[in-house]
Amino acid sequence: MTPVDGAGASNPNLPVDRAVTVGREPSSSPEQIPQLAEVDCPPELQERIEALMARYPERKSASIPALWAVQERYGWCTPEGIRQAAAVMRVTPAYLESVASFYDLLHTSRVGAHRIEVCTNISCWMRGGDELLDAFRAAAEGEDVFVTGFECLGACDIAPMASIDQRYFGPLVPGEAQTAIDQLLSEDAVLPEKSLERRPLAGDTEVPR
Amino acid sequence: MPHALETRVLLEHAEDPRLATLQGYKELVDGYSTLEKAYRSMEQDEVLKALEDSGLRGRGGAGFAMGKKASFLPRGDMEKYLCCNADESEPGAFKDRELMQRNPHQLIEGIAIAALAAGIGRAFIFIRGEYDRQADILDAAVLEAYEAGYLGEDILGTHRNLELVVHRGAGAYICGEETALLDALEGKRGNPRLKPPFPAVQGLYGGPTLINNVETLSNVPRIVAKGADWFRQYGTEQSPGTKVVSISGGVRRPGNYEISLGLPTRDLIYELAGGPLPGRSVKAIYPGGSSSPVLTAAEAMDLPYSFEAMAEAGSMLGSGSVIVADDTVSIPHMALRTARFYHHESCGKCTPCREGTNWTVKMLERVVRGEATPMDLDIISSVQENIMGHCLCVLGDSMAMPVSAMVRKFRGEFEQVMAAGEAEHGIDPHLVVDLSPEALGAAS
Ligand SMILES: Cc1cc2nc3c(=O)[nH]c(=O)nc-3n(C[C@H](O)[C@H](O)[C@H](O)COP(=O)(O)O)c2cc1C
Ligand code: SF4
Ligand code: FES
Repeated sequence: MTPVDGAGASNPNLPVDRAVTVGREPSSSPEQIPQLAEVDCPPELQERIEALMARYPERKSASIPALWAVQERYGWCTPEGIRQAAAVMRVTPAYLESVASFYDLLHTSRVGAHRIEVCTNISCWMRGGDELLDAFRAAAEGEDVFVTGFECLGACDIAPMASIDQRYFGPLVPGEAQTAIDQLLSEDAVLPEKSLERRPLAGDTEVPR
Repeated sequence: MPHALETRVLLEHAEDPRLATLQGYKELVDGYSTLEKAYRSMEQDEVLKALEDSGLRGRGGAGFAMGKKASFLPRGDMEKYLCCNADESEPGAFKDRELMQRNPHQLIEGIAIAALAAGIGRAFIFIRGEYDRQADILDAAVLEAYEAGYLGEDILGTHRNLELVVHRGAGAYICGEETALLDALEGKRGNPRLKPPFPAVQGLYGGPTLINNVETLSNVPRIVAKGADWFRQYGTEQSPGTKVVSISGGVRRPGNYEISLGLPTRDLIYELAGGPLPGRSVKAIYPGGSSSPVLTAAEAMDLPYSFEAMAEAGSMLGSGSVIVADDTVSIPHMALRTARFYHHESCGKCTPCREGTNWTVKMLERVVRGEATPMDLDIISSVQENIMGHCLCVLGDSMAMPVSAMVRKFRGEFEQVMAAGEAEHGIDPHLVVDLSPEALGAAS
C-alpha cells in the first residue's frame, strides 16, 4: 500500500491508518453558541444570569450558579433551559451540559416537584439511614416527590437525617417519612421540631442517662 | 452550659442567635475590631508574622501551617485570590456547617484579615451546594459587611479593597480538593489539577491563590487580636489552639465540641459525647473523618487528640471528625460503605483511583455476600497498596487508608462474615465455578 499523505508518509514501513492519512471529516458542523434571539429566554432568567456573571472576573465562573438558576426556574436542567443559559453566557449548550452532568444536585432529567435526599453514609447508616430511605421511598410512591439516597450531607450529628427541599431534618424515625411527605404535599411546615435549626449546640444539651 | 472539658473560643457565645448578625457579633465578641485595627494600623508583614508565629495548622485535612502557606504567595501587583474551602463533604465532618451557621461574621473577618496578610484583593467562599441554608446566612452576612464598609472598595477609608463572593457548589465531594475547587470555581467540571504548580503560585484564573478551610480562617481574627502566645496557651506544641471536633455514630450525644487540642480521646468520647449507647461498647473509631485509618478502641482511647499523636498511631487527625463504631457495627459492612462513597465520588481522572475504588467495592460486596475467598482479602489489601501514592490527588488514598486498616485490624471479622454469608447463601467460597458452555446452559 502506498501512503497517500499525512503521518504514515514519512515512514513507508508503518501501516497506514486511513483516518490519519486523509483526516476525518466531521459528520456535522461543530456546535454553535445559540443566539439569544433563538432561545426565548425569560427576561428574569437572563437578568439573573447576567448578574451572576458580573460577580466573577471571568464569565464562565457563573456556570454552576447559572445552572442552579435554570433548575430553579424549570425544576430541572431542561435542554431548553440549558440553551437559554448558554446563549446568555455565550458558551455552547454542550459545555453547560458537561458541567451539569458532573454534579449530583443538578438534574439533567426530570425530577419531582419536591426533592428529598436521604443520607445513607457511615454515621446515618449506623443509626438506621437505610430503613429511613426505604420509608421515604414507600411514602413517596405515586407522588410528585423525588427521593434518593445520598452521601454524607454534613449533618451526622442528627443522624439519620434527610434533606427535604434543601432543608435539613433529623434524627428521623421511619414513621416520620409519611408525616413529612404529607406535610410537604399539603404545604404545611415540615417536621418543625426536627429541623436542624432548632438544634442546640451539642454541649448545651443534657447527657441522656 | 458548656461542659468543663470544652474550651469555647470559636464557639464562644455560639448558642446565642444574635451572634449571626453583624450587630450581635460586635456586641457579644467585639467583632470586627481586629479588622479595623489590622486594616487601619498594621502592615502586611506584621499580620503575616502573627499568623506564622501562632503555628495555626490547617483544619481542612492536611494540617499544613496556615501562616507559612500565606507567606508562599508572591509579592507584587498581580491579581491574587483567596478561596475559603467550605465544601465540607467528608463523611463525619460537620463543624464548618456549625461555624458558618452560628458565626458567619467571624469567618468573614478572618477572610478579610488573611487577605490582608497575603496582599489579596478578591476572595471567594466555596460552599457545598447542599448547605443551602448556611449559604443564605453567609450571603446575608456578606451583604451586612459590605454595607458596614468592612468589604468592598476603600475599606474603612484605608485605600485597601476586598471583594467577597459566596459561590455555591452543586454536590461533588471532590470539589473539596483544593485544585478541583479551583476548576469548579472557574465554571468547569471539578477535576483535580496536577501539582506543582501549587495554587499559591498558580491557582484561580492562573493567579496566586491562598486556599484555607472555614475553621482555619475563623481562627484568624483572635490570633491577630490577641497574639501568638495567647493562641499557644491552648493545644500542644505541635498542635496549637482549639479544635471544633464533630463526633457522630454510636455515641449518646453526637455533635460539635470545641476542645483544646491534646485532650485525651477517651474524654472526648466518654465525657463530652456521653460514651456509647446504653448496653453497647466502642469497637473502633475513625479519628479524623472517613479518610483516616480506623483505630481500635484499645488503640485510640489513651491517645491525646492532636495531630502528632494521631500520626504516631498510624492514623490522622484530618478534619477532626470522630466517627464511633460500637460493638453492633459490622466492620466489613462499614468498609463497604466507606469504599462505596469514594467510588461514587472518584472523578475518574486517574486509573488507580477510578479502577481501584471500583474493584474494592466489588470485592467487599463479595465479602459481605459470602462469595469471597480468604485470598480476596489479600487482593483487597494489595489493591489498596497500589492506590496509595499513585494518584493525582489523595481521594484514592482516602479510601485505601481506612479500608486497608480495617482489613488488617479486623481480619478475623472479615473471615467470619465471609463464612456466615456462605452459610446463609449456601455458597462454598472454595467452589471452583465450572465455566463450560454446557454448565452455563448454552443452547447447543
Ligand atoms: C478529596 C479531598 C476532599 C477534600 N475536601 C475538603 C473539604 O471539604 N474542606 C476542606 O477544607 N478541605 C478539604 N480537602 C483539603 C483541601 O485540599 C485543602 O488541603 C484544604 O482546603 C486547605 O485548607 P487548610 O490548610 O486550611 O486545611 C480535601 C482534600 C481532598 C483530597
Ligand atoms: S485520585 Fe481519584 S479523585 Fe483524585 S484525580 Fe485521581 S481519579 Fe480523580
Ligand atoms: S453520615 Fe449522614 S449526614 Fe453524615
